[in-house]
Formats: sequence, structure tokens, C-alpha cells
Amino acid sequence: MSTHQHTSHAGQAAPILQLRRASRIHGDGPRQVRALVDADLVLRPGEFVAIMGPSGSGKSTLLHLAGGLDVPTSGQVLVDGIDLAGLTVTQRTLLRRRAIGYVFQDFNLLPALTAAENVAFPLELDGWSVRRARQAALAVLAETGVAELADRFPEDMSGGQAQRVAIARALVGPRRLLLADEPTGALDSVTGTEILQVLRDRADRGAAVLMVTHEARFAAWADRTIFLRDGRIIDETGPSDPAELLTGGAG
Amino acid sequence: MSVKYALLALLSWRPSTTYQLRKDFDTWTGQTWPLNIGQVSTTLQRLERDGLVVREAGAVDDPAAPEPWRLTDQGRAELAAWWRSPVSRATRGRDELVIKLALAAVVPGVDVAALIQRQRAATQRTLHDLTRLRRGLDVTDLSARLVLSNHIYAAEAELRWLDEVEETVTRAKLQTGKAPKPASSTTADNLVRSAR
Repeated sequence: MSTHQHTSHAGQAAPILQLRRASRIHGDGPRQVRALVDADLVLRPGEFVAIMGPSGSGKSTLLHLAGGLDVPTSGQVLVDGIDLAGLTVTQRTLLRRRAIGYVFQDFNLLPALTAAENVAFPLELDGWSVRRARQAALAVLAETGVAELADRFPEDMSGGQAQRVAIARALVGPRRLLLADEPTGALDSVTGTEILQVLRDRADRGAAVLMVTHEARFAAWADRTIFLRDGRIIDETGPSDPAELLTGGAG
Repeated sequence: MSVKYALLALLSWRPSTTYQLRKDFDTWTGQTWPLNIGQVSTTLQRLERDGLVVREAGAVDDPAAPEPWRLTDQGRAELAAWWRSPVSRATRGRDELVIKLALAAVVPGVDVAALIQRQRAATQRTLHDLTRLRRGLDVTDLSARLVLSNHIYAAEAELRWLDEVEETVTRAKLQTGKAPKPASSTTADNLVRSAR
């Protein structure tokens, strides 16, 4: 099995996310389902990792564990060095809100709120003043290229615009870990590519991005692609070393 | 890939030296089909023999400078005919991967799943490289963008095809409880033909 270790520009900064032999097994006996088995993963600031695999291979389970939406039956999940298993439900909720942002296929914006209000919402939940939260929201909306949509409601946005707002919401405030579940699934190819440019840009600016996708062309924007099969990480690949590029003919 | 017609096309744009032709070819194709100077030189000699290109007189102020090549009328006609003709898939040669997997699916003792995964990882790696190259291009690099886009689509198509091969082989094994039997001679002929 070939395993390619890509040395990203993220260098050896402390990991934002670590999975250590993390497993998630549902039920027991003959009906036992091994959704994820002994998964090891390290994600550092500035790294963008894509996860690919067929349906039922464990992609969503891995993302749920990484985001603290589920807990492993064995092994560890650490966010910013904190073992999620050692936290109470309340503490885990707080960590999720402050450290982790989610991007979904169907955007999940609150329809009654404007773009700026959607993005500011998690900060306000965290006790920020409305004014300060709005300022932070406007700044990150500008960074994702949709500053002009700040006072528009989701129903008045295209799919690509809504997803940019969702990415802004995922990264507003102190959060630097972005978990994206098929973020291009509801978008056409051109708009999907634009969203990948935004995610790549966020990673280049220091965010850590973990993205589940079934589109190889979108996974190729990441620093590494991890392949899952039957709940196990079976392979990993990434770009060639720069010195190897262009010498063998890419076509 | 026809180096011959690529050189004729470049020379229809402007007269050029062997070295400059190689440089232009690499630039215009996004450096994805690197040519060595020997390939360019040999092809130009054949084109000259066939009357499609000639050398221009050297520069008056620098007699030592290499003489640029230029198209003849016959060369222009040859190029015009090429522009008018569609490229046939039948002339593109055999695809080693197609033949390899068609055989792996029926020859005993080959771990097809492992073979497919190794290929999938390698092709995905190529896709990473191509995507990185394309991201680095300026919007004005039109030719290179188009070439890279073609490579990206081809790599993506190969990955989708690998998924289908994997599923087909897995189902065949589930149905028969063992590896698929060799295809009939007619099917095998068709497979090889499709790989051409």
C-alpha cells in the first residue's frame, strides 16, 4: 500500500485536531457495525485534508467524531490538545462553539436572519455584544468575498453565495478548525470550484480544513486526500514533491 | 501527441529557432508534455526533408545566430488540413491501464482491489499536481489552462472508471463466489479494441 506523506506549509505547528486509534462501533454481537476502526489523523493549522470513500465507508462518522458530535467507543479525539472524552456535555458544546466550524451540503443558514446575523449568531451565543459580533461577521464576510450580502436573507442568495456565508459563519471569531461535509454537493461545477478556492484560501491563511467529498477534482485542492474503506483509513495521497513535477510528464 | 503539427502551428504564428520552438511548446501546453531539444530537432529535420519548413537566412548583424525556421506554402497547406480534420480516438494508441485491468480481472492470483487502489491513489496524486499547476496559472495563460483542464477531466474520468471497475469486479465475485471467468473471445476482442 503506497502512502504518500505530504509536508505541508503548515510545518510542525501544534495540531488543531488529532484522532488516535479512534473507533466507533454501533451495537454488539452479530449486529455490530464497525463504522470507524482505529483511525489516526493529525491536522495542523494551515492544512487542508480531504476524505474520500464509498457510501458507508466511515466518512461522516470520522467527521462527527472530529467535531465532537459523537464520541469514540475507543481511542481518542483531541481538539487543540483537549481530549473530548474528558469533557462534560456542556464543556464539549462550549468547545464546539468556540473551536469548530461546520459547513454542510445544504448550507444550514437560518432563513429568518440576514447573512451578517447568521455569521454573528455563534458569537452572540458566546456572549459577544451585538455590535462587536456584527463587526467580526462583516470582517469575515469580506474575507470570503460576500461583504455586499451582509444584509441579505438566505432566500435571496444563490447557492454559491449561501455557501460562502456558511463558510464565514464556520470561521468567525476564534475558530480555526473547519469541518466541511460535501460542501459542493448542492452546487454546479463552476460554483463548486469557487467554493474550493475559498476553502483553500482559508487554509492558506492558517485555518485547518477537513472536508468530506466524493468529487476527486475537489479533493485535489487539498494538501492530502485520505481514502476510507469499510471504516478504515486504507491509503493517503497528495501532490508530488515540487522537484518531481514536470520531469515525468503529468499527462 | 503530434509534435509535427504542433511545430507547424507554432511556426504559422512566427518564424522561430529550434530552441524557441521547444520553449513555446512547453509554455503553451502548461509544461505537461515536456519535449527534449532532440525531439524538436529531429522533427524539424523531417519537416524540412518533406518540404514543409525551411531555414530563413541568418540575421545580417549576427551571422553566428541560429537561423530561424519558417513554414513553406506546402507546410501551410498541411497545417490547414490538420485544423480541418477531427482527431480520431482510434489513432490514439492502446491504453495500458485498460488492458492491465481487463486482464487483472480474469487472470488468477491478482489482487484486483489492491491494484485498483494503488492506481486510484496515483491518479489522485496526479490530480493534486494538475490542480496545483492550474491554480498557479494567470488567467491570461489560455492555452495552458485548456491543456491542464483536459488533463484534469481525463484524470477524473479515470478515477470514476476505476470506481466502476471495482464495483463490477466485486459484484461478479459475489455472484460467482470466485474470480470472474475469462471473457469470451468476442468480448476480449471488444475490450482490446476499446483500449485502442
